Formats: sequence, C-alpha cells, structure tokens
Amino acid sequence: MNVLLDHLADFREGFVGTVLLTLASGLLAMVLGVIIAGFRVSPVPPLRMFGTAWVTLFRNTPLTLLFLVAWFVVPVVFAPGLSPWMKALLALSFYTSAFVCEAVRSGINTVPMGQAEAARSLGMTFVQTLRLIVLPQATRTVVAPLSSIFIALTKNSAIAGAFSVTELFGWQKTMSDQGYAIAWIFLWVALGYLVITFSISGLFRLLERRLGVAR
Amino acid sequence: MTSSVLYDAPGPKARVRNRFYTAIGSLALVGLLVFVVYRLDVKGQLDPKVWNIFNNAGVRTMIRDGVLTTLKVFAVAGALSLLLGLLLAVARVSEHRPVRWFATVFIELFRAVPLLITIYALWVLFLSYKGDLGVIGENSAFWGLVIGLTVYNGCVQAEVFRAGINAVPRGQVEAAYALGLRKYQVMTTLLLPQAVRSMLPTMISQLVVTLKDTSLGYVITYTELLYATRQMAGNIIVDGENPYTAVTFVAGAIYVAMCLALSSLATWIERRGRRTKTGVAVAAAAEPAEQPAVLETVGDGDQTVQ
Repeated sequence: MNVLLDHLADFREGFVGTVLLTLASGLLAMVLGVIIAGFRVSPVPPLRMFGTAWVTLFRNTPLTLLFLVAWFVVPVVFAPGLSPWMKALLALSFYTSAFVCEAVRSGINTVPMGQAEAARSLGMTFVQTLRLIVLPQATRTVVAPLSSIFIALTKNSAIAGAFSVTELFGWQKTMSDQGYAIAWIFLWVALGYLVITFSISGLFRLLERRLGVAR
Repeated sequence: MTSSVLYDAPGPKARVRNRFYTAIGSLALVGLLVFVVYRLDVKGQLDPKVWNIFNNAGVRTMIRDGVLTTLKVFAVAGALSLLLGLLLAVARVSEHRPVRWFATVFIELFRAVPLLITIYALWVLFLSYKGDLGVIGENSAFWGLVIGLTVYNGCVQAEVFRAGINAVPRGQVEAAYALGLRKYQVMTTLLLPQAVRSMLPTMISQLVVTLKDTSLGYVITYTELLYATRQMAGNIIVDGENPYTAVTFVAGAIYVAMCLALSSLATWIERRGRRTKTGVAVAAAAEPAEQPAVLETVGDGDQTVQ
C-alpha cells in the first residue's frame, strides 16, 4: 500500500510515460501500416514485395530483438544520437505497423467488390479508388482488430521500460530494487495498465458505434 | 494482375505507367538496400573478420545452447499453457458460478497485464523466497519466465478453447444430454475434441507468440538465445569493437526461421482441416497475430454447460 503513496510522483510520471509512448507509437504505426497496406495491394510488384517482406519480417521477430536492434545496431550504423525515447518509438511502431498493415489489408478485402468496380467504371485511378472509396469503408471493419492491436501495443510498451525509458515497468523495477513488496507493486502497475487498456477499448467501442452503418 | 478488384487489367497506357512505377519502385528498393549495405560497410560491419567469429566452435556452441534453452522454455511453457488454457476454458463455461467467476477474473486480469510485468514480478517473488521453493528457487529465472508465459498464454489459449466450444452447434449438446450423457462426458467426448480440432491453427499461432515472447527472458537475465548471444558478443572484440550487429542479425534470422516454421505448420493444419468436410469448420486465423482473430467476435453469447 505504502509503495504507491511514497512514490506517487514517480508512478504518475511512469503512467504518463506509458500513455505518451503508446499514443506516439500508435500514431506512427497507423501511418506506416496504412502506407504498407497500400503497397501490398498496389499494382506495382516491387512495392508489393516490399510490403510482404516488411510484414513477414516484423511479425516474426520478437519485439525484444527489435529493441536490441534499435539500441545497438541503429545508433552504430545509421543514426547516432537518438534519444532512448525515440529508439523505443521506432521499435514499437515498426513492429506494430506490420499488424496494422494486415488488419487494414483484411479490411480492404471485406469491402464489397461492387464498390471498387463502380469506382473503376467511373474512371477513378488506383489511388483515388483506395483513398475515396475503399479505405473509408474498410475503416469500419478495421476498428475492432485495431483496438486489440493498440491494447497489445500498450502492453508491449512495457519492454521499453527495460531499456531505461520512463514508464510503468521502469517504476516497477525501481520500486522492487528499493525493496518494496512485489505483490503491491504488481497490483498498482497492473491497475495502471488496466486503466489504459480499458480506456482504449472503450474509446474504440465508441468509435465503432459512431462509424457503424446498418447494411 | 486481374486478381485484385482495385485495378483493371491494364491497358497499353496503364502498362507503360505500371512499368514506369515498377522501375521507380525497384530503383528505390535497390537504393535502400545499397544504402544499408553501404552504411554497414562504412562502419566495418561487413568485414570478413567480424563474420569470421561464427566459424569459431565456441561461438557455435553458445548459439546452439541458446537455441536449445529457448526451445526448452518454449516447450515447457507451451505445454503448460495449453493445459492451463484447457482447465480455465472448462472452468469458464462451468455452471458453478464461483468457478466461472474465478476463471473469468483470472483470465481478464492476466490478459490485460503486460507479460513482462508478470514475468518480472514472478522472478522477484521467486528470488525473495529462494530457500522455501525447492526446485523453483534454484532456477528462479527459468521458472519465472516459464510460469509467466504459462499464465499469460494459458489465458489466451483458454479464450481460444472457449471460442471453439461456443462454435459447436447447440443441438449437439442437447442431443447428447437427451441420450443421457453426463456433464463430463459431454465435455470430453463432444465439446473438447471438436473445439480442439477447429481451433488447432489458432492455438499454434498463439504458440508462435509464446515462442517470440520467450525472448523476454533477456530482461530478467535468463540465458535464452537473445541473452546468450548478447553476452557472447560482449565478450568478443573484433578490431576493438563488440560484434553486436552481426550477432543480432544472426539471432534475428534464427528467430524468424523458427517462427516461420511453426506458422507454416499452422497453415498446413488449417488447409488439411478445410479439405475434410465433416464437423465444425476449422478456424482460419493461422497467422501470427497479437491476439487471435477469433476472439474479436466472441465475448457475448456465452455457452455454459449445464
């Protein structure tokens, strides 16, 4: 019980850190995921290949390994001087973008064929068809899987704490190093994550209701 | 090319355009690849000396041991999580309210908490009661990792089992009761076999997640593949530098290969299941997802076994 009261400021900092990291990497993963999904359905073979390779690579690599790459390979080879927060952002959003891409792609596949056919017969180009007709309708079916992807992202962001980014797992580690009882620490950290994941699923349920259309 | 509804079979103009885009895209891809190789080369990461370390017998043994340790954790945690999943699923559809509630709270709690948090808490717990725990205390990192993986993946597997149980047509259960079968007979001879059969691809996909998550052992300094290779790279110095890049690439390749092998097993079972026309349809979700796709539609319409 005392552990939370004694270190409330640190806990709040960690909580905010988790929320910010989740939000930022969720946004970046969305952007990347939609672009890669566009690649994967495009008429240009090299882009399709790139999309497939991207998804296969990032879905089958453990996130911890991506963090190691971000920490020990990226600074040495490509971009020295990134802050730990930026590195965590990159690792999390690249990893998540592969899952977002697959969700968006399966959403695109659920849009009735007639829609795309109609768009084509009106003379729309591939990009127009995708942007004006297919993607807006795909959004509806993508909302549910996206919700679980973002919840998973929230949970995955805990790994960043192991690499000295300020968030809830970091708080757990510090507190347990200071000798507080692990059961209480676990309970409070779990509660922190529950708050975030419940808000995400509530938010997405709201979104689903707003976007839902009786067919 | 005509397989997609998003674009027509290209006419002469579109074909020229597509060819143009293809050229641009290929150039961009090649450019990216060249850039990566160039940067690696500039930083001396492609030096044969760096890669020569993998010819060393000691290095190879280390990597092999790392792979074996990862597989050991995966085997124990995978088997235990399936067992726990089975128990929790049966408990969650039980007609006894306390049992059902306990299973529901357990599943929802541990599914919502990050796996790393659970593993770390268990590890610290095992470390602090080292003397009293016998086998577990002696190897607290291993058991922390295994039990953490078991609890989390067991909860997910339980939900997968439950989705499979709910997919069995209601009439079959009613028919079984009408024939005078007991509760446990209905569960063991009717519901579970069909649930397992239909959910096998999804279960294996979740096992892929389990395999990936064994790498969390890195954080609690358990010497699975990732930690072993990191430690090894820390002890080797080539040209005054640790060969972190090369070792990370190799570890990554091993992980991707293992996960792809397991995924293709799931795909194969799914395809095999689709060929036979009897029984409940086999779930299609055979891809590594963060959460099995079958769970998104389930949740309401619970079926309890009376």
